[in-house]
Amino acid sequence: MQLAKVIGNVVVTRKDDNLHGIKLMVLQPLAPDGRAVGRTLVAVDAAGAGVGETVFFVRGKEASFPFHPTEVPTDAGIVGIVDEIDLG
Amino acid sequence: MQLARVVGTVVATQKHAKFGGAKLLLVQPVGLDDEPRGTALLAVDSVGAGVHEKVLVVIEGRAAGEALGRKGAPVDAAIIGIVDHVDAVE
Repeated sequence: MQLAKVIGNVVVTRKDDNLHGIKLMVLQPLAPDGRAVGRTLVAVDAAGAGVGETVFFVRGKEASFPFHPTEVPTDAGIVGIVDEIDLG
Repeated sequence: MQLARVVGTVVATQKHAKFGGAKLLLVQPVGLDDEPRGTALLAVDSVGAGVHEKVLVVIEGRAAGEALGRKGAPVDAAIIGIVDHVDAVE
């Protein structure tokens, strides 16, 4: 899993049937210190995240597990909203 | 998932049986600024996308197979939506 900031959302009317009712968010992956690292991506939202929030997301087929038994065709999904990070 | 622009269609007569009837499109991943990034790739299309349209592409084997509606299909990318618009703050 990886940290990211939600920086937007994608509006998609014509889509796979199993994506109906699911929010699609634009994510910018983050380093632990909050720096943006790597490419932006689009992820399904299983945590109720909003733009501006720091979240963690999972890559791969596992991103569809929160929607079981619906077989959502996704490769990335937000699974948690970060309250705080303590780097010790 | 990645944003991408459909840049072409691909015709292949001889292919794995699991591809039967599948539409193959050439897609160029793009950033939020619409600039191309990375190498164009082939994706199966299950939503009826056309050349020049902006789409959402899933790049993962099992998810792509599901989009195609066939388990065990030898695919690793699929178009799963046609983008109306993207609202991004950065």
